[in-house]
Amino acid sequence: MGAFKLGKMTFGSLFKKPETVLYPVVTKPQPAGLKGHIAIDVDDCILCGMCDRSCSTDCIRVDKQARTWTIDRLQCVQCGYCITVCPKKCLSMDPNYAPASTVHEADVFAVPEQAKPEKKAETKTPEPAPAVEKAAESPVEQHADEQLVALIGLMDEEKAAKVRSALSM
Amino acid sequence: MGKKSVIPFGPQHPVLPEPLHLDLVVEDEVVIEAVPQIGFVHRGLERLVQTKDYNQFIYVAERICGICAFGHSMGYAETVERLMGVEIPKRAEYLRVIWHELSRVHSHILWLGLAADAFGHEALFMHCWRLRERVLDLFEKTTGGRVIFSVVKVGGVQRDIDKDMFDQFISTLEGIKDEYKQICDAFLTDPSVYNRTAGVGLIPTEDALNLSMVGPFARASNVGYDVRTLGNGAYGDLSDFSPIVSQNCDCYARMEVRAAEVPQSIDIIEELIAKIPAGDIAVPVKGSPAVDSEACNVVEQPRGECFYYAKGNGTKYLDRMRMRTPTSQNLAGMAVALEGCDVADVNMIVLTIDPCISCTER
Repeated sequence: MGAFKLGKMTFGSLFKKPETVLYPVVTKPQPAGLKGHIAIDVDDCILCGMCDRSCSTDCIRVDKQARTWTIDRLQCVQCGYCITVCPKKCLSMDPNYAPASTVHEADVFAVPEQAKPEKKAETKTPEPAPAVEKAAESPVEQHADEQLVALIGLMDEEKAAKVRSALSM
Repeated sequence: MGKKSVIPFGPQHPVLPEPLHLDLVVEDEVVIEAVPQIGFVHRGLERLVQTKDYNQFIYVAERICGICAFGHSMGYAETVERLMGVEIPKRAEYLRVIWHELSRVHSHILWLGLAADAFGHEALFMHCWRLRERVLDLFEKTTGGRVIFSVVKVGGVQRDIDKDMFDQFISTLEGIKDEYKQICDAFLTDPSVYNRTAGVGLIPTEDALNLSMVGPFARASNVGYDVRTLGNGAYGDLSDFSPIVSQNCDCYARMEVRAAEVPQSIDIIEELIAKIPAGDIAVPVKGSPAVDSEACNVVEQPRGECFYYAKGNGTKYLDRMRMRTPTSQNLAGMAVALEGCDVADVNMIVLTIDPCISCTER
């Protein structure tokens, strides 16, 4: 008798669509919020390194000198903590899983060279003049300059010369 | 009088999803004593709390166990929130409990499937896991993960659920109810299952109390203890909640209790969805736990009460994080249940106690 307990369900299954799909010919649609892999919009990245410092599996490397953002996909656990700490919101979770790989190598993203100089050219050329003006106007910064001069005054001549040349004073 | 011999059971055994070793002292096919031994999957996760900050550790906590992943992340987050005196929004509490109860549904259905597989009913195993898949789909849609969700954070939750998705929750769970009833019918009224489990692996109420057993295994021995009755978080807003208990104390009772807890969890989810308030899902948490601050917390995991303890040291790294998982309490009860049973019944008894060794060893 025991075999008939599931009879209704088993019989009904004959007339229903299969629960499984014919993978890989057919794949299940991925929900929008699926934790697939971390994606980066390199144009917005400022290489601050917050994601590098906050990653719990240590899979992200930010190299300011080489201007690269590197992620080891095999080490990443898609927790999404880097996305929450990113100040520029340039990291996001892509719902597609990272493709399978036969070699263990990290994905390196170059933060485009032209992006930063352009930004510098755009932002820094008009800014220096007002910045200097602000520095002259700002009592806090003026006070800081005075403190710096006083500090240099306390140094011996050789060291003071080095600091002056470094600061081009 | 036969000759005593020792049969090693595990750590690799078809019935065990996780490595547990039992030395079964056997005489005439009857187990006289069972000596459990663990230590095969120790990962030292609690030590990591000193090298990961309290926000990062949440992703470690949920990897303690695949089945109780949500419960562990919720239990850890609540403990740190108590440590730092953070009060989370009401909506976040509701969302946590909804996901937690959903994980109880998937855990119990998974276990019923494993039990069916253990006593050789493969069709039932397939049907159980087919239903579980629908629950996992809900998780996938709302958290982005099937087993590891990473959706809880200290101060609330990372993702919200909108009304359309809640409607999907209701329709999916209502759809499961009918099929689940048929599955339970096969489990609980089928004579082949009944004969295999009734009167086997008795744990009397006194033993369950003396050995501090927890969860559905204690409730199957007529111990009406359930952490959810304490009313932590959104559990306090439930109109009515009483733990499901059985008085039979055997394998059948343990199966009965777990089977009955699934509709109970579905009812809790539906009630909380109807009551969920609007508002924020998280509050910003700044600073670090104070020096020598301590906090404790209990969460009713699918396998029973899990106790959390955390100690702060003034930095963002906790000084200490301890968990006492339900299986560490229930292993002693399992040794009692195994005494005097037939060798052939060891599988069923071990399975109905459902030891989670990954949780226990961490």
